[in-house]
Parts: sequence; structure tokens; C-alpha cells
Amino acid sequence: MDEPLVRWDWIARNWDNGGPTSVKVLLENHIVMAFVPVIAGLLIAIPLGLACARYRWLYQPTVGIMNVVYSLPSLALFSILLSVTGLTQTTVIIPLTLFSLAVLIPAVVDGMQSVPDHVRQSAVAMGFQPMRRLTRVELPIAVPVVLAGLRVAAVSSISLVSVGALIGQGGLGYLFIDGWQRQFYTPIVVGIVLVVALALVADLVIIVAQRLLTPWSRRRA
Amino acid sequence: MNWLIEFFGSAEYWTGDDAIPLRLLQHLEYSFLAFAIAALVAIPLGLLIGHTGRGAVIVVVSANAARALPTLGLLVLVVLLIGVGTLWPVLIPLIALAIPPILVNTYEGIRGADPDLRDAAYGMGLRGSQVLFRALLPVALPLILLGLRLSAITVVATATVAAYVGLGGLGRYIIDGLATKNYAEVFGGAVLVVLLALAVQTLFTLLSRVIVSPGVRQVR
Repeated sequence: MDEPLVRWDWIARNWDNGGPTSVKVLLENHIVMAFVPVIAGLLIAIPLGLACARYRWLYQPTVGIMNVVYSLPSLALFSILLSVTGLTQTTVIIPLTLFSLAVLIPAVVDGMQSVPDHVRQSAVAMGFQPMRRLTRVELPIAVPVVLAGLRVAAVSSISLVSVGALIGQGGLGYLFIDGWQRQFYTPIVVGIVLVVALALVADLVIIVAQRLLTPWSRRRA
Repeated sequence: MNWLIEFFGSAEYWTGDDAIPLRLLQHLEYSFLAFAIAALVAIPLGLLIGHTGRGAVIVVVSANAARALPTLGLLVLVVLLIGVGTLWPVLIPLIALAIPPILVNTYEGIRGADPDLRDAAYGMGLRGSQVLFRALLPVALPLILLGLRLSAITVVATATVAAYVGLGGLGRYIIDGLATKNYAEVFGGAVLVVLLALAVQTLFTLLSRVIVSPGVRQVR
């Protein structure tokens, strides 16, 4: 085919053409559908993870369930939910929240386990009450491990949203469908580049957040 | 529930080109082919990089790329570029997505082995390759199996999505059902895919019980 891989004029024309499938609108939808699950996942994973770290008998069954959830193909989950939530963003957001949980709960538990015992005991000896010990001592130490999990969850979530295009809610994934149907490379390339770029930006933001949240780790290194 | 009865009860899905057993076999065939090729590439490469420590960058880059690259976009682009006709245009992206989990976990397994174990093996007079295959590999096996499991899951899921670009298999029910607004077909296909994924998951859990050395399991 003589078709060039990227037609720059297409990008210029379709970036913000006012329609529901302009690249800018798709990007905004993509960001919503990718980040709501990660944030919801984190908010649910912290209490659940803390419970698992505190009550060890909860851990094995929870991780078992999460392993099973993680193995379910996203397209299958979207299709099953379609009958409940219809062609809405929720159909994509719910499965992605489950996937985020599957990554984040183990991360929170591992993070809590990375707190050295002598640190915990020192905190007790210094008179920290359980709640303050958790928020002032244990959670800050767990931050690097939890954020490592958050990076995985965020990047996977961003790339998985595009599968939702097959059920009509895929943000930038729409560009893949559009490009395929018209045998036209440019939207596909634009979609891939934007998804990867979005993933990189999210990854960087979390790395910067980790540096800000754990100023002591820089001094040691 | 009615959809399930409608789907599984319909004769249309038990005979001819759209028969469930046939679609399942197709799905297994593509998945196994892609998975086997990926394993044949990734395990030796991971062992080599883990043992020599050279080329670790490849591992990191491939792990990150695999997570960030949108499956559907990759499939559509590769198939458009190479053109449909044979199975390969669809298999190539499947293989590419199946390699990173195996590569990363094999590498981590070998790298993460206890350095004392490595020293002890050399101290006993084993040569480089003997150290790798007799001492490090058994210890790394749980992680390698985890990588294989993640990879198999990725392949089964991606093969479902690949129905969109013309691959047969169980994904056909979902894609065709969506196209014709036959939601019973979509739902039934999705349930089949979920069952297949669960079966794969169970298979690998059983496999790791059988082939991981009892000594290694105890330590963990």
C-alpha cells in the first residue's frame, strides 16, 4: 500500500473537530475510564490490605480470589457486564477496578510487611497509639511498595481501556476500530502513541509522588 | 440465565462452523501455538540474561512495553500492515504479548536466587551451565511457572480480542454477537472464555504442585 503510516493533516483536522470522536474527547474519556478504576481500587485496597496484614487468615483466600479475578479476560468481563450496566463507561470501569484491586491488595500487604519489626516496636515504645502508629509510621514506610503496585495498576488500566472500544466504550480504542474499518493507519498509530504516552506520564507522576512522599529514601541513596 | 439457556440450548452452536467444540479447539490451538513459541524464545533468553547478567535492559524495557502497549491497537496495526490471509499476522502480536511475562519472571527467578546457593554450587565444583540447570533452575521454577501462567492467561485473553481481526475461536461469539446485537451469543461466548481462563489457571496451579521440588516449596 502507498498509504503513509501517519498523515499529519488527519491529526490536525481531527484533534478537536467538535464531534464526539475527536481525538481530544476520546483522550478525555480514556483518562476518566483509566483513572477512576485505579483510584477506586486504591481506596478499596488500603482498608482490605490492612485487614489482610492484620488478620493473616484473610490473606490466602483474598489473594486466591484476586488471582482468579486477574485471570479473567477483560473483553469477557465487559461482555458479561453489558447485560447489567449497558453501553456506559461503568461497564469498563467495574472490571478495571477489579483488576486494579488484584494488583493493589497484595501490594498493600507486602508494603505493611516491609515495615521492620524493630521500627514497629520502637513506635509502640515511644507511645504511638495504633491509629497514629499506622498513619505516621507504618503507612509511610509502606509507600514505596504500594506505589510500585500502583504503577503496574495504572499502566495496565490505561492500556486495557482500549479493549472497551469493542463494546463501544474504549476512549482512544475507538481509533483502532476506526482505523481497522477504513484500512487507515493514521488513527491506529495515533491511538497507540497516545496510550503509551499516557502510560508513561502516569508512571512518571507516580515516581515523582513517591519522591515527594518519601524524602528520607533520597538521603539514604 | 435465559441467555445462557438460549445460547447453550441452540442447535446452531453445536453443529457446523459455529459449533462450540470447534471454536474451543480453535481457541486452544492458536493459544497453545503462540504460548509454546513464546516459551521457547523467552525461557532460554531469560535463563541466559539472568545467569550472565548481560542484557538486563531488554527485560525491563519489554516488561514495561508489554504493559503499556494496547493489545487491540497492536493487533489491528500488525494485521493491517502484513495483511490477512494466513494465521501469522495474528499470531505475531499474540507471541509478542506472551513473551514478556515469561522473560521477566525467568530472569527474576535466576537473578533472585540466593547468592550463597550459587557460591556453594560453584564451590562444589559445578561448571557454569551445571550451576544454572542443577542449582538455580529448580529454585527459580516457582517464579518461572508464575510467568508461564501469566503468559498463558494473556494469550487466552488476547486470542479472544483477536477475533475482531478475523481469528476464529471463542472470541467469535462475542464479536459476532455484538455486531448482530445477539446478546445471548455475546453472553454465552463470554462465559465460555471465562471458563477457559479458569481452567488454564487451575492447570498451572496443579502443575506447580507436581513439578516444583518439595524442598523449594518448604523454604517458601
